[in-house]
Amino acid sequence: MLGTDPEWEAMEMKMRDRTVERGMSESVRTTMRCDAVFRSIDPRFDQINTLDCRRGNGADKITWAPPAFVSDLSRFHRRYSQAVQTDRPYRVAIVGSGPAGFYAAYRLLAKAENAVVDMYEKLPVPFGLVRYGVAPDHPEVKNCEEKFTEVAASPRFNFIGNVELGDKLPLHTLKPHYDAILFSYGAPKDKELGIPGEKAIRNVYSAREFVGWYNGLPEHRDLAPDLTTGENAVIIGQGNVALDVARILLSDVDALRKTDIADHALEELAKSKIKRVRVVGRRGPMQAAFTIKEIRELLQLPSVSFDPIPRDLLPPDDAMAALPRAQKRLMQLLAKGSTNDPATATKSWSLDFLLSPECLNWSPVHPYRLSHVRFSRNQLDPSDPYLPTAKVTPKYLSSGKPAQVDIPANTFFRSVGYKSLPIPGLEDIGVPFDTGRGVIPNDGFGRVTAPSNTGDNKRLPDGSLISHLPGLYCAGWVKRGPTGVIATTMTDAFTTADAIVSDLAGQQGKGSLLNSPGHSTGLGWEGVRPEAEKLGVHATTWGDWERIDAAEKEVGRQNGKIRSKFGRVEEMLDVLRS
Amino acid sequence: MPFWKEACLNLRFAVPKSLPGDRSCFAQSKRFLSHSAQSSRFVASSRVSQKHSLAVKTQRSWQRRSFSVTAGVQHGHITPPKPGEEINISFIDKDGEKYDFKVAEGDNLLDIAQANDLEMEGACGGSCACSTCHVVVEDPDMFDKMEEPSDDENDMLDLAFGLTETSRLGCQVVMTKDLDGLVVRLPSMTRNLQASDFS
Repeated sequence: MLGTDPEWEAMEMKMRDRTVERGMSESVRTTMRCDAVFRSIDPRFDQINTLDCRRGNGADKITWAPPAFVSDLSRFHRRYSQAVQTDRPYRVAIVGSGPAGFYAAYRLLAKAENAVVDMYEKLPVPFGLVRYGVAPDHPEVKNCEEKFTEVAASPRFNFIGNVELGDKLPLHTLKPHYDAILFSYGAPKDKELGIPGEKAIRNVYSAREFVGWYNGLPEHRDLAPDLTTGENAVIIGQGNVALDVARILLSDVDALRKTDIADHALEELAKSKIKRVRVVGRRGPMQAAFTIKEIRELLQLPSVSFDPIPRDLLPPDDAMAALPRAQKRLMQLLAKGSTNDPATATKSWSLDFLLSPECLNWSPVHPYRLSHVRFSRNQLDPSDPYLPTAKVTPKYLSSGKPAQVDIPANTFFRSVGYKSLPIPGLEDIGVPFDTGRGVIPNDGFGRVTAPSNTGDNKRLPDGSLISHLPGLYCAGWVKRGPTGVIATTMTDAFTTADAIVSDLAGQQGKGSLLNSPGHSTGLGWEGVRPEAEKLGVHATTWGDWERIDAAEKEVGRQNGKIRSKFGRVEEMLDVLRS
Repeated sequence: MPFWKEACLNLRFAVPKSLPGDRSCFAQSKRFLSHSAQSSRFVASSRVSQKHSLAVKTQRSWQRRSFSVTAGVQHGHITPPKPGEEINISFIDKDGEKYDFKVAEGDNLLDIAQANDLEMEGACGGSCACSTCHVVVEDPDMFDKMEEPSDDENDMLDLAFGLTETSRLGCQVVMTKDLDGLVVRLPSMTRNLQASDFS
């Protein structure tokens, strides 16, 4: 059984000599063997083992507590009973701990038996947009965190929190220690409108920042949006982020109190004077990006009315009946609208179509305070206005002037899409970035591709040449752009993980994908850590997150919420110091 | 504490390294890590006895996947069918392999699939908030026998890959006697690439 690995054999011989010499029994020797082997696989071994022992026998006892022993033995069997084995674990770095990173890790650990994953995260806390993007009133969507927590329980998974790759810890420090790097850091910025007044006027916000703020994201802890300047809010963009913002503004604040919404956001929302929200898009209903669930939720909000959509904007009845199922159901729902009576409703909202924002204006009475937004009207391509890909052109009056309209607005949100950026230093390890599309160029399976034929050339079925950069992968929004729900990202992350597994299998144990033979230490985080510490970067572990998690839930319990998120990184780290 | 004394005390917990059932002591959250054929087979068979699911055909289950075992533990709570009241259900996985089970009334398809280690995700934990437990009912007549899907379920199905006329969410289909002999297909969870992926 042990004969497959010369290195192991040597280690075992050494161990046996030493233990027989000291009169140890076979069982004790087995334990020591397991420990030695496992330590070489998983740097957390000693920590895990000590914890087990602390739980079981008290901190001063030796580390052979039964649970650790038995599971070590099993790990030992697993590690050394495989017919095909490389001489060491296959080390994968995953950059970003959102759903893309976790679903990729999940698939990779399940399919590649000798893979060991190190997941790097900028914050001390995991889960990315599941924690900081999913709306607080959608707790069921966050149930995927349970699965991620299971993944993290694997001894072949390390969480390396509080480490910002790029500026703080250069990416190239990772390269020699890993066999593959997977980028799944998402889309950390959002697109701007580029219209006059966007930067100069107060009460103009990015929906992404607003979402981060009410979800307790440290980066936007101090956004402090002023929701008290008037009744009218305008949101530009008709995706689900825009609808999330609308729903948070329109919801009864008491309905949000028990959620994990940030405490500072609750305070501000309780003071909000916003009574009317307009969600504005430049195209028509058939071209909008929102999905039906979010529309239905808004239509069902108690005491909130909805302005009926002009019937001519929706496809005629016969055309609607012929639409594919999903579009048909959405159009029927929009045509039906809300049953809430505008006369008794306390708040209202509307979907406004075919309007492009031109500029933001303030009233002469209150300089720099937003008063209205000027829009120019659009018209859909008349040849097929109900095509989901139909384009718009500006609409002109008979006088030849562009048709324009002013809409009153006291608070303004732009929500026209997230945007991914290259991590500083990405080019140092040879990874290109497509700034136009905001993605890392890839082959659709998640293998990073080079613009020129500098990598591994492969011919596609259509005859064109594609150039892979071995050992470099991407998944999630940085791979396919900032669209789709968690199920989309899961599918996409599985595709990338399958590509890694198949590339690994194609290697037949010859070594690293990322580095040429003999140039990879295979140490993973253990190799990176000394350099990181020299640079003053101190990582946090999964155990640290569990303590932060417990502390957040405890504070939440006292406040009658499911969780009170710490709004600042320092507050998270304080939990660990206490 | 003398080192050797402590070591000897601990020996009573020691298990011979060749003991075949040593994995039974695995913490459940770590069981997905078992990946030798032998160990997974062991897990699969222990699952059957733990969960009282009368899996008719579990021989190949260890080959399919090992990771989701825990998901079954967490979400796949199914009740054992009473003798004489078993309902037959079959799943066809994305490779075309068919698996037959005898289950009790009241269990939903997501729980049944996860308890039997089939490749079905339930990202939202069975709360009808995602489309990852999408199944396709093979027989349209059987589909018509089911209760109409709710608006919420249809809203989620609208986002599912490979939506069909007889698609349902596994977490929303609860087994009844009327559904005896139900056959559902699991759509592939990995997407086929399109030309637009390369543009």
